[in-house]
Amino acid sequence: METLWFLQITFVLAAYVVLDGFDLGVGILTLTLPRNDADRRVLINTIKPVWDGNEVWLIAAAGALYFAFPLVYASSFSGFYLPLTIVLWLLVARAFGIELRSHISEPLWYPLFDVAFATASVLLTFFFGVAAGNVVRGVPLSSDGYFFAPLWTDFTPGLRPGVLDWYTVLIGLLSLATLAVHGAHYAAVKTTGDLRSRAGAVGRAAWSALVSTTVVSLIATLRVRPEVLANYRTHPWGWAIPVVVGCTLVAMRYYASAGRPQRAFTASAVFITTMIGGAAFALYPALLPSNTDPRYSLTIYNAQTGAYSLRIGLVWWALGISLAVAYFGVLYRSFRGSVSLEDELDH
Amino acid sequence: MDSALVLHRLHFAFTITYHYLFPQLTMGLAPIIVVLQTIALVNGSPRFQRAARFWGRIFAVSFLFGVVTGIPMEFQFGTNWARFANFSGGVIATSLAMEGVFSFFLESAFLGIFLYGAHRVSARLHWLAAVLLCAGSWLSGYFIIVTDAWMQRPVGFEVAANGTAHLTSFWALLSNEWAFWQFLHNMSGAVVTGSFAVAGLGAYYVLARRHEEFARLFVSLGLLFALVASGFQLWPSGDEHGRLIARHQPATLAAMEGLFHTEAGAAITVVGQPDVERLELDNPIRIPRVLSFLTFRRWLAEVRGLTSFQRDLWPDNIPLLYYAYHIMVGLGTLFIAITLLAAYYWWRGRLYDTSWLLWVLVLSVPLPFVANTAGWMTAELGRQPWLVYGVMRTVEGSSSTVSGGNVLFTLLGYMGLYTVLSILFVVLIMREISEGPAPTAEG
Repeated sequence: METLWFLQITFVLAAYVVLDGFDLGVGILTLTLPRNDADRRVLINTIKPVWDGNEVWLIAAAGALYFAFPLVYASSFSGFYLPLTIVLWLLVARAFGIELRSHISEPLWYPLFDVAFATASVLLTFFFGVAAGNVVRGVPLSSDGYFFAPLWTDFTPGLRPGVLDWYTVLIGLLSLATLAVHGAHYAAVKTTGDLRSRAGAVGRAAWSALVSTTVVSLIATLRVRPEVLANYRTHPWGWAIPVVVGCTLVAMRYYASAGRPQRAFTASAVFITTMIGGAAFALYPALLPSNTDPRYSLTIYNAQTGAYSLRIGLVWWALGISLAVAYFGVLYRSFRGSVSLEDELDH
Repeated sequence: MDSALVLHRLHFAFTITYHYLFPQLTMGLAPIIVVLQTIALVNGSPRFQRAARFWGRIFAVSFLFGVVTGIPMEFQFGTNWARFANFSGGVIATSLAMEGVFSFFLESAFLGIFLYGAHRVSARLHWLAAVLLCAGSWLSGYFIIVTDAWMQRPVGFEVAANGTAHLTSFWALLSNEWAFWQFLHNMSGAVVTGSFAVAGLGAYYVLARRHEEFARLFVSLGLLFALVASGFQLWPSGDEHGRLIARHQPATLAAMEGLFHTEAGAAITVVGQPDVERLELDNPIRIPRVLSFLTFRRWLAEVRGLTSFQRDLWPDNIPLLYYAYHIMVGLGTLFIAITLLAAYYWWRGRLYDTSWLLWVLVLSVPLPFVANTAGWMTAELGRQPWLVYGVMRTVEGSSSTVSGGNVLFTLLGYMGLYTVLSILFVVLIMREISEGPAPTAEG
């Protein structure tokens, strides 16, 4: 039962990164891609009706974590107090950066909104990677299951690590490269003409960065936390995960060059899902490992809630997620096809 | 009380109070927009279509502010109240996670269609999006109230061997009697906010002689909703809610009413300042026996005063609780008076020529926000000194690893951020109001 919930949380988290990932990626690309305001408007309009819904998957992931493993929620949210609060502020800034355009139609203010939107997208993507890095590296949990991580200490992943150290920063960069590529694929799917071909070019450039950060961070992970190999040794079928990662990397480059952005987008979505799945596979059954004493790690066993809630939760959760998938079907169908400038979305 | 705890409490109080200014408006406007959209769909009237679109824009601005200030709330249980989150997660994470999957997905998906899909989807689907948006926001309210109701009157759980609360009855949690009445009371409070905004803006347009074809529609529709909702606030929802407090939180009732000493045939206090040191009410104006009747339906029933409870069961800020409650009740009474008067003038056909009354409607727009805030302060200050009434004290719930300095840092950050948001909100709403519902060049 608790394993089922571990899988659920992994699934919702992956759904979040795949969905909000492309609109964060588009946010990163607004830094480099648009040549003029018309380009920028088209880019932003490709994500406008959907970004808010995509973000709800993050809330759902947090909700599922709290529901199934309350101690992990309580421990990690208070332990990562500062970075989490900063992430919340960035979410506010980003929401206004994107939405204010349709309320204040005076070009004077546009650069302000654009900078807020792009900066917040970059920093959020970076921080989400850092968060993942922190979980893989482990935190100094005490015997009661709590900890507090300062933003940084000496930037090394030692016994008193900060949220930012060289390893987590590296994962943050990996996250930036991943979502830049993913966003470029989405932009190529949803736009036409010149913008589309430039999105393809940016995507190919970011792809090189993605390949190198993927390789470097895999090596770094083995160095910082060699325990990640344990599950791969006991369950050799897990080696399929790095194989899929490699294949999707090749596939996204191939399809992007072949002018088939839909397939490239699918490849980057599978890449993201597999990377998250691989991390979850390596961590299982831990949810938040301790970097000091493995006995203090928070696992699906010592952090789970009552069996009755977990059982009944499966029923309403399955219903709720099926409904959500149905709504998203309607939403994406309503806004299918590519976006051009004539396609005004103002309400 | 250590300083970190005070800061944690202030942090939650500030962010939740600010947040709830927006949902009460959106939840209140939502049914009004649905009515406008439905009429527009049925008779195809462009006037109703534009009216719905106009309020849809106001709704969209408020909804955006509600979402961005609401996300921090979902995380704050963990960041600032970790020990509470861990203890009660076995119960309230059910209602919070259900809010996520059943209402947030619904709202966010159909908000996209409602806002940006008018020209992309059929009129029917667009109407359905408005209905689902309304349903989603009300459902969201229910799950939050279930969560709060469990903290007010914990049901359907047991404390497990590891010292945390585990759910034992899903239905007991969702059908908590406290949640039922609190929800009705809260939602009609939201409708008061929404309807006063609609009527007040209509009155402003009448006075300013602008958008006159919409002005009267707004006034009459707003008044209709306001009349029903403000009456419903008093009876049955307010009355029943008060009786639940009397039954389950008698010390809270005594503090709210400023009743220090047990009385048979207890009087209700209309005005007065509680003096907690001398255990007296200064400058009181009281109506004999009414409190006994309202609470127990018997004029001579005995109502327990604060001094009959152990001191460590008293709410920890009695004067603020007392004032919050009296502000809520006073304003609630005023809303009934205003709407009855305006409805009478409207019925006699003289409302639109009675400019003082239109001015009253305009100036009343902020008051329901105050009343709803005061109502929530009554509920949550009244719950003290407990986090989960009778089960977990507030001092036991905050995050022990987060220092006061860190809390102050983020509290100041939120204050700065929300100051900017407030200015933005006023600017955005003023722009919508000055543009108004009339057709523009783009149609």
